[in-house]
Amino acid sequence: MNDMLAIEALRITIAGRNVLRDVSLAVPQGHVHGLVGESGAGKTMVARAVLGILPAAARVISGHIAFDGAEITHMSERERRALLGRGIALIPQDPMTALNPAFRIEHQIVDVLRHHFGLGRTAARAQALELMHQVHIRAPERVLRQFPHELSGGMRQRVLIAIAFACRPKLIIADEPSTALDVTVQRQVLRLIKHLQARENTAVLFVTHNLGVVAKICDTMTVLHAGRVVEEGSVEACFERPAHAYTRALMAATPRYDQPAAALAPVPEALSRDLADEATAWDARHGAA
Amino acid sequence: MAERRIIQATGMRPLVRPGRVTLGATILALLAFAAVFAPLLAPHNPIDQDLMVSFLPPFWSDGADPAYPLGTDSLGRDVLSRLLYGARIALTVAVIAAFLAGLLGTVLGLLAGYFGGWVDALISRIVDIWLSFPPVLLSIVLVAVIGSGLHSVIIAIVVIDWTRFCRVVRAEVMVQRNQDYVAAAVTIGLGRWRTIVSEILPNVAPLLIVLFSLEMGIAIIVEAILSFVGLSVPSDFPTWGGLIQEGRLYVNQSPWLMVFPMVCIILSVLGLNALGDGLRHRLDPVMRR
Repeated sequence: MNDMLAIEALRITIAGRNVLRDVSLAVPQGHVHGLVGESGAGKTMVARAVLGILPAAARVISGHIAFDGAEITHMSERERRALLGRGIALIPQDPMTALNPAFRIEHQIVDVLRHHFGLGRTAARAQALELMHQVHIRAPERVLRQFPHELSGGMRQRVLIAIAFACRPKLIIADEPSTALDVTVQRQVLRLIKHLQARENTAVLFVTHNLGVVAKICDTMTVLHAGRVVEEGSVEACFERPAHAYTRALMAATPRYDQPAAALAPVPEALSRDLADEATAWDARHGAA
Repeated sequence: MAERRIIQATGMRPLVRPGRVTLGATILALLAFAAVFAPLLAPHNPIDQDLMVSFLPPFWSDGADPAYPLGTDSLGRDVLSRLLYGARIALTVAVIAAFLAGLLGTVLGLLAGYFGGWVDALISRIVDIWLSFPPVLLSIVLVAVIGSGLHSVIIAIVVIDWTRFCRVVRAEVMVQRNQDYVAAAVTIGLGRWRTIVSEILPNVAPLLIVLFSLEMGIAIIVEAILSFVGLSVPSDFPTWGGLIQEGRLYVNQSPWLMVFPMVCIILSVLGLNALGDGLRHRLDPVMRR
């Protein structure tokens, strides 16, 4: 099975501080891989590193990122641009700000299609309409004529999913695509992503802090803490036999419908301290503070 | 709101909506009309002298001549005609200077705001240095050096006032570029220039319209100052500032010579400021949530 995305011992610093400590993960073709962790664990940094939109202060110290077998870690901006959209696409986190407020939806989808496929205006418009159908938007003609601020969060997220799938990419990075939505809409959006992913056989790196979401749509997963991989494997294995104390703690902190809310337990302080100590020890071993 | 209160208080809908945009647009339209059709509207040639009819009072005073509605000056030239032709120069300068200042300021502001780093540092320091010169003095010195005339007046205004656009655009671009839609544009493979011009610029456009309107008002004042000190167009050609300068000599004898051009300047600037201010309020909530 060939890996669409393979990250190997990736180490990234921001202003001299380690934010990713030798992170490795692989997303095989057609698989959905969950990247889980609490805020600040480095999930988004992994996503941004793959997309080549790291913050200006971030440095890739070592490690490799390979897309479809080709090394992309130190690609020039121009080369990477050719890859983005058609090779790798993003479903962004916040549907409220990810669409350009100045343009109608139609313009934003048609623009992508014309840019990547050189389609004519009419062809691109037909294609946009087709995409709207695929993401189950009712009254697509009307939505295409609307501005982003006229749409609900769920609708905007559907539009963003349509844009991400528009160029039939091989890999999609989904950066907390359901976090900003309410629960019922969240469910529909997840289903939609899963459905399109399965049909197009796309590889998806699914970044989230929500283990429930991972259980629902991911095949494999990586648990990240303080920029280190603490657990990885298939979703069933990780849920049934979590190897690391932190994974178990995370699961205990996830609400379940079949258990009272009182059963929820925060991550124990002693464990957090141990993990922080391990991170410090890692830094000491690798020479950066 | 204001409209509703009026309807409640009087039981009638106001004839004209009380609004700054309406007020400003009306004044601007009148000004433009006067400027464009000055040759048709003016009852006399603005530079024709007739010493037999010098110092005629305006139409409501005793001894007024209906052929000269706003009276005549020391050389018997028709004041109304001179004001109308003065509007031409005022408006020409205002439009061209505001456009060029806007162009220069916007380009530099976009660069500084988008790229940040040393580009921003360089442009911002230049702006800081620029702002430490007293603007009126700078414009007078500038025109004195490059010679008088309409070109010089426009150049002087552009050179002084591009910073106004630059600062505001830079700040706005910095806000916009952190919006997800900019990252999204990059991740669908758009280049930097495309992102700046076709994604960010349209979102800055409402601001530019407002600034342009305000800048026209400022340009009218600067033009009046420069023609007052005799550094604008040749002196027999009518400008509002020039009219004030001429009227100054006879302020005890016929104060109207000075009052009319002052009223023209005040009304124009008031109108343009009201328009800019009103547009700012009207355009803001649509674009920003």
